[in-house]
Amino acid sequence: MAQLTRRSLRLLRPTSAARLLTTTASTAPISIETSLPFTGHNIDPPSRTVETSPHELLTFYRDMALMRRMEIAADSLYKAKLIRGFCHLYDGQEAVAIGMEAAITRKDCIITAYRDHCLYLGRGGTLLEAFAELMGRSGGCSKGKGGSMHFYKKENGFYGGHGIVGAQIPLGCGLAFAQKYSKDENVTFTMYGDGAANQGQLFEALNMAALWNLPAILVCENNHYGMGTAEWRAAKSPSYFKRGDYVPGLKVDGMDALAVKQACKFAKEHALKNGPIILEMDTYRYHGHSMSDPGSTYRTRDEISGIRQERDPVERIRKLLLAHDLATEKEMKDTEKEVRKEVDEAIAKAKEIPAPDTSELFTNVYVKDFGLEAFGPDRKELRTVLP
Amino acid sequence: MAATILHGVGATTALSSINYNNSRRSLPERKRTSLVIQCDGSLSSGLNISNNRGAKLSTNAVAQSKQENVTASTTSKPGHELLLFEALREGLEEEMERDPHVCVMGEDVGHYGGSYKVTKGLADKYGDLRVLDTPIAENSFTGMGIGAAMTGLRPIVEGMNMGFLLLAFNQISNNCGMLHYTSGGQFKIPIVIRGPGGVGRQLGAEHSQRLESYFQSIPGIQMVACSTPYNAKGLMKAAIRSDNPVILFEHVLLYNLKERIPDEEYVLSLEEAEKVRPGKHVTVLTYSRMRYHVMQAAKTLVNKGYDPEVIDIRSLKPFDLHTIGNSVKKTHRVLIVEECMRTGGIGASLTASINEHFHDYLDAPIVCLSSQDVPTPYAGVLEEWTVVQPAQIVAAVEQLCQ
Repeated sequence: MAQLTRRSLRLLRPTSAARLLTTTASTAPISIETSLPFTGHNIDPPSRTVETSPHELLTFYRDMALMRRMEIAADSLYKAKLIRGFCHLYDGQEAVAIGMEAAITRKDCIITAYRDHCLYLGRGGTLLEAFAELMGRSGGCSKGKGGSMHFYKKENGFYGGHGIVGAQIPLGCGLAFAQKYSKDENVTFTMYGDGAANQGQLFEALNMAALWNLPAILVCENNHYGMGTAEWRAAKSPSYFKRGDYVPGLKVDGMDALAVKQACKFAKEHALKNGPIILEMDTYRYHGHSMSDPGSTYRTRDEISGIRQERDPVERIRKLLLAHDLATEKEMKDTEKEVRKEVDEAIAKAKEIPAPDTSELFTNVYVKDFGLEAFGPDRKELRTVLP
Repeated sequence: MAATILHGVGATTALSSINYNNSRRSLPERKRTSLVIQCDGSLSSGLNISNNRGAKLSTNAVAQSKQENVTASTTSKPGHELLLFEALREGLEEEMERDPHVCVMGEDVGHYGGSYKVTKGLADKYGDLRVLDTPIAENSFTGMGIGAAMTGLRPIVEGMNMGFLLLAFNQISNNCGMLHYTSGGQFKIPIVIRGPGGVGRQLGAEHSQRLESYFQSIPGIQMVACSTPYNAKGLMKAAIRSDNPVILFEHVLLYNLKERIPDEEYVLSLEEAEKVRPGKHVTVLTYSRMRYHVMQAAKTLVNKGYDPEVIDIRSLKPFDLHTIGNSVKKTHRVLIVEECMRTGGIGASLTASINEHFHDYLDAPIVCLSSQDVPTPYAGVLEEWTVVQPAQIVAAVEQLCQ
């Protein structure tokens, strides 16, 4: 706290240490080399040197810490039975969301499956909306009617949030088709997992995207487990980036936010000129598939803790910040404390929001259209007076 | 018969004149108008019904233009004759001309012109991207259409045969029907999924399916079935203009029906039923091809002294309980004739619905004639006996009216 008051100079309100860091940090570019090279399939991989800035790294750290904290808080809320049904947590995979956001604009579209909480945050969703939706309150992003698997934010180009494995892949191709139709120089990132990579719809969509040169980037978030089945037990060829055959692919270390950023930037340029490309993000999830899965019956605890020690994305950025002298230990701890406070406040506020009104059961089934109002979606209601 | 044609709320601009490549004719500039066409010539009853309907739009439209249009339709424009598939194409083309967001995708819709010629000539006119030939991947191209619709395009997905759309069931049910709801109203899916279904001439079991029964429970979609060139064009246009996902069921055997349709632009209402023949003894509810079997039976019935009221329900989801209810209150007897299977078909739903709402008005239990619960056989004689024939309809009416 003493450090805080020392740092909070003249007119600045006593804001957080981390906020101070990100606002005063420089945007001077620094080059960092990714720890692993990219592997390409039918394409020359981009260089390992990534241009970034202290400001960006600090933002990465803060945002990833926020996402991590949100997912852990969701874990406790689920155990407290405030979140019901299915809850698929993204902790461990934050680097993919963060790196992708850094490389693209809000006009580009992202569509993903059900592990969508952090991607929603990355796309500009607020913690309050996320928690309200998870708890089924009316202030949620889908008015409480979607749940964990149906987060959407249309104005920021986040198309969800889909429960059926692989069904979002053709939808993503449709988004890319619409972008090509309106010629607006944007791309679509269609995300799916290693489990979904065995779906036929993926190959159908790849064929169509390649045939018509759609600006679609298919991102396989390979966390090595399709629920309880390891990838070597489900797929004959676990090189998901090569599965496109005629579609070029790139394998990326998905725990390194900078590598993800580089790959996504490269992919965007490629997709706008040459059509689809597959990005395989080699990543890992610490939690089980969902909250009903302990996550330890099909993998050892040593494996999980090993990855946490060696490849954790937040740790990586933290080490980078320390190595380049961009932040001190204390500042980073303060950031984490502040992030924790933010999440707790959001949860407290979300708990106050009431559940949706029962009349909301029948809203949004159809778009209000001519004639339909006369009969109503609920057939019990005959709105006209019979003679 | 009263067929009220409305212009949608969305059509706030004046109608544009459409010039066709072959310059057959050009449609006149008109303000928002509507046309009330009566088959039996009696104007008043039709107007009464539409006035009582209460839907704001239809009463406005009718009251505003009743005089000028009735005379206009009989004197100046005699209309033009065409086949049902041409009517569909005309509706499609007019909408594509009107709104650049409308696009078509399906197997062989582009260069081939459509397996039933519904999209013939459109690829030459609008290009390969707007009339897209897809590979044989129903699941994905339906999904692609839905994804495109989420961003604001208005795709029309053609299933070469409705039966093939079973492969796209996941996309239609989960994404198409539910996205508007699960996103809290953020996305609308203005997609039209259309294609021919029904029992044809010895096409075999897999190509003679009636999918309306499978799709009817999906929340969030609307289903309509066209039966004449007139309603085919009107329903096609209404479906494209609707912001909801609409499944338009056509029938393989009805594509070559010929009828004279008006030259003026018209859009039908997606939720309304069509009274084909007024009567007072029994209400016969039907849709798609069975309408013709019913009308054939009606000739025999009239000779025998019965007066059936025939209603083509057209809207399979939601049912037009208003028109149906009015009819039930008049005749007190209902016969449903459909091509769906007996188990879980549209008739079964309709029976339940009518029983629930109009039980007190019924003098006899509802009789439902549907196809047999068998895969459609190839042999012609057997195939004839899977669907309802006019003789069976006559017998059923006679029994019902005892």
